Amino acid sequence: MTTLLWYIFAALAIGGGVGMVMGRQPVASLLSLVLTFFSLAAIYILLEAHFIAAVQIIVYAGAIMVLFLFVIMLLNLGHDYRADLRGLAWIVVGSVSAGVIGYMLSRALTTEGAIVDQGGAEMIDAALRNHNAVGAIALPMFRDYVVPFELTAVLLLVAMVGAVLLAKRRV
Amino acid sequence: MHEVGALSPTAFLVSSAIKVIAVFTVVMVTVAMLTLLERRISAWIQDRLGPNRVGPFGLLQPIADGLKNILKEETLPAQASRFYFILAPMISIIPALITFSVVPFAAPLPTPWGLVEMVVADIPIGILFIIALTSLGVYGIVMAGWSSNNKYAFLGGMRASAQLISYEVSLGLSLIPVFMVVGNVTLPQVVWAQQEGIGLWFALPLGLSFFLFVISAFAETNRLPFDMPEAESELVTGYHTEYSSMKFSMFFIAEYSNMLTASALMATLFLGGWDIPFWKGDNMVVVAPGVVQGAEPHVLKTLLTLLSFAVKTAFFIVLYMWVRWTVPRFRYDQVMHLGWKVMLPVALAYVLVIAVTILVLDSIGLPYGLGYGLVLTAVSVAVTAVFLFIIDRDRVISGAAPRPERVRVRRPAERALVVEGEPRAVPGYARVPAE
Repeated sequence: MTTLLWYIFAALAIGGGVGMVMGRQPVASLLSLVLTFFSLAAIYILLEAHFIAAVQIIVYAGAIMVLFLFVIMLLNLGHDYRADLRGLAWIVVGSVSAGVIGYMLSRALTTEGAIVDQGGAEMIDAALRNHNAVGAIALPMFRDYVVPFELTAVLLLVAMVGAVLLAKRRV
Repeated sequence: MHEVGALSPTAFLVSSAIKVIAVFTVVMVTVAMLTLLERRISAWIQDRLGPNRVGPFGLLQPIADGLKNILKEETLPAQASRFYFILAPMISIIPALITFSVVPFAAPLPTPWGLVEMVVADIPIGILFIIALTSLGVYGIVMAGWSSNNKYAFLGGMRASAQLISYEVSLGLSLIPVFMVVGNVTLPQVVWAQQEGIGLWFALPLGLSFFLFVISAFAETNRLPFDMPEAESELVTGYHTEYSSMKFSMFFIAEYSNMLTASALMATLFLGGWDIPFWKGDNMVVVAPGVVQGAEPHVLKTLLTLLSFAVKTAFFIVLYMWVRWTVPRFRYDQVMHLGWKVMLPVALAYVLVIAVTILVLDSIGLPYGLGYGLVLTAVSVAVTAVFLFIIDRDRVISGAAPRPERVRVRRPAERALVVEGEPRAVPGYARVPAE
């Protein structure tokens, strides 16, 4: 059952990704990308990572994509975008990206002893039992990895200040 | 601790199936009745009778409406993108009907086959599931607006996306104090914390969160005064202008079942859920399959708590309708102002204050209980008072008392009095000479 669901959602995720790239209208592309995010969240749930799945939907599908959608609809984009995707440069960039992704996939599929084989499922179960779905993420994040977490927060803050500054100069 | 016995896997499947069908049926029938209730309440507020011809008190009106909608002609506007036009109502109705599944609606029920929890799915992420799915519901509205090829529908969809994203932030932030006090995100644990853990309904110790949540929930369900996506006087009917028959009806069902779930959530998070006030006999929580902590489960207790939950939910539904037929619609800029410049900073500051309070209380070693809740209540009241009387000072929120503007309109009237007959001394004006 789980395997069947995994195949269904994996197919949906890839289908959404292809639809995103091939879509003729920006809004349709965006909705395909939402499908991909949703399928990824479903795959996270199959891996017992409920909290990550919820955050995936709340942040990516629910917030960031709605913001993108608003911007696309507000600016009425999509009349002269096809020129960007033509020409030699696009083919070169596309092939290089495909090569890199293919290499990483081949490494991931052939490497012996993935985390799942080393008792990852038991670790997740124990963490969920001792703390709850949120605590299992929050404890390592705020205890063991607090410095990287804070650095990421500062990075986001810098990006936000920069965006405000750039927008303000135009006015 | 009371050992009732866990369900066998088969019994679990059967009980889950029964719960799914029962909850789905009850939600759908309630939604149908809510449409009638809305029209009757609006009629009552506007001193009319409302629909009262079909069946006793008009009770069969929803069935007549449903039949009419099924039999009406389906329309597909020219130049509309067909795939998304048909997909949109489905996208908006599915999350609306699924979200009720994590809300606990009564005390656990003991049966000969084992203990049955009165919640369709007690999943570990609890309320985050509801937030995640409701944030997907907006795509139905935006898709409907975009695919209709109609400028009013398009404007409605755009407003929906901006409004929902604005209020989702304060909705999420207003829930964080609840999670911090409970220490968990599953709704049965939230109910238990209000019964025994703190012993107070969270509307008291987390009062400001309660208000923020109610306001954000109004905005999230697109109800007046936040119904910008369908504002009839500006956008015909907004995002569903081009929809007819059952497709229109699906948007309608989605709106009402969102309202039902939001009311149930307010009751569960802030008014104790299915808890019966001032009675210890219903305080119980399932700690492991078939094991209950607290009072002993009983069939009658399940029924009574179900009634209590229904009453609290009905209260918020009536509040929704009462507000809709009382308050005029916001302007779009007012919606954005309230969302980003008032609700968001207040919610953020409140999270900070509650976090600091909890840290202080834990470090001085106050036991988690009623005293803890009373200290939080005092802090909440103080924060609310500071917000209302020092930071806001009538700028956003003010009472219905007479405003100072009335003094200003009196002046021209007094001047007019001077012209006819007796000249009167009015401060600030020259005396008019008598004839």
